[in-house]
Amino acid sequence: MRKNQVAVVGAAETTELGVIPNASQLQLHADAALNAIADAGLKLSDIDGFATAVETPQQVCHYLGIKPTWVDGTSVGGCSFMLHVRHAAAAIEAGLCKTVLITHAESGKSMIGKAPRSIPADSLQGQFEAPYGVYGPPSMFPIPVLRFMKTYGITHEQLASVAVVQREWAAKNPRAMMKDPITVADVLNSRMIAYPFRLLQCCLVTDGGGALILTSADRAKDFPRKPVYIMGTGESVETPMVSQMETFNSSRAFKVAGPLAFKEAGIAHKDVDHLMIYDAFAHLPLFGLGDLGFMPYEETGQFIADGNTRPGAKLPLNTNGGGLSYMHSGMYGMYALQESVRQMRGIAPAQVPNAKISVCHGVGGMFAASGTIVFTNER
Amino acid sequence: MAEPQRARPKPTPETQHFWDGTKAGELRLQRCDACAHVYFPPRPFCPSCASRKVSVFKASGKGFLYSYVINHRPAAPGFTPPYAIAVVELEEGPRMMSNIIDCPQTPEALELDMKLEVAFQELDDKITLPVFRPAKG
Repeated sequence: MRKNQVAVVGAAETTELGVIPNASQLQLHADAALNAIADAGLKLSDIDGFATAVETPQQVCHYLGIKPTWVDGTSVGGCSFMLHVRHAAAAIEAGLCKTVLITHAESGKSMIGKAPRSIPADSLQGQFEAPYGVYGPPSMFPIPVLRFMKTYGITHEQLASVAVVQREWAAKNPRAMMKDPITVADVLNSRMIAYPFRLLQCCLVTDGGGALILTSADRAKDFPRKPVYIMGTGESVETPMVSQMETFNSSRAFKVAGPLAFKEAGIAHKDVDHLMIYDAFAHLPLFGLGDLGFMPYEETGQFIADGNTRPGAKLPLNTNGGGLSYMHSGMYGMYALQESVRQMRGIAPAQVPNAKISVCHGVGGMFAASGTIVFTNER
Repeated sequence: MAEPQRARPKPTPETQHFWDGTKAGELRLQRCDACAHVYFPPRPFCPSCASRKVSVFKASGKGFLYSYVINHRPAAPGFTPPYAIAVVELEEGPRMMSNIIDCPQTPEALELDMKLEVAFQELDDKITLPVFRPAKG
């Protein structure tokens, strides 16, 4: 795909984030969509392309009254929205549609109008993982981390520092769920969830949503907001079974998606002003820094523990507070994208001064899928 | 009221040989007749070279502890926390999720790379699960 041909011209989260007991999941989709439409200065009838995950496109399009000529229901977990951005950019470039709306919403905490996740007993996961006591992401996602730690000499304190640094970012963000400062000792003394991970190393469980609107870069200059261009994109999947990853020393999906996006954007790591790495759990930023090629895996833990990703430091990472402290409805990728767009617009609560290139890297399932988007505010 | 049960696998035509094997006290893997790739989970073709000529064989049941978590909460139905959810790397190459029995469920006792051997846990008259224990000797 050619870079900077498509831009984000509308971006918004749901009016509220956190615990939203007065709205169904479907209504949260609509709330986010209407906020993004207003942000872009558009009408619903201007939307001719639509993408969402978990909920079907027909469900959300009917609820909103949208008549699309292009839809994408790619649903590969929390990074689905990175894949939607990539697919939408290709569709707009190919002339299949002009203005794409991407929505995410999840009643992850209140569970209103949300089907519970279940694993069929005759699926491969149901036969070869579920019988061993896996029960939700906290029991599965951290399974690779002890091997990763042993291979690269990563310490428990370094993994705790991920949560500490992100809380520093969250403290600057009025919409973050958790804002009180924490220490490495606080993290290591918090309640054990799934050894080696404790409560403060696991993501929040919240309600919320977000929506993006994309159009061609040529049209984007006529919109009220500063356009944020799609500079590079990548995607991949590996396996829905965490036990069947090729290795626990890296994520194959990360290693495909990340470099594809960097190559398409034509950027080097030193060009990255702002970075989001989907942090459902504290080890993901370490995998991301290594798999995206920012540094050898051995250095990732110390890099974060040394404060290199905290406010004012050289590589601002997860500047909204991340899934650990900002919010995490279950599929966090949309919120990472929203923060990248805010940073590129120059309106983030913890704005990185003069940031021109933002890399937004997502994960789906337990390292099952990945999507990476490189944004820029310069064409 | 019956105790909540742990999740029971339901075999499919492609996996039946595996569950027949565990019931007979055998851990069965598959090997590609064309490229010799050994793989898991079961399927009637080679995921490496796409050949449909594959054979089922009895694995050694030996392996080592590749990684794990010790799950505290929330616990799955039928499990008493804390319990380890492990990934075992088999001598023949493939890895599988499992539980580690006859071993304290602690970070001190569960050492990465420790040698393991298969054991069989009968869940009911249809399903016997392969689990692993520290290897003797």
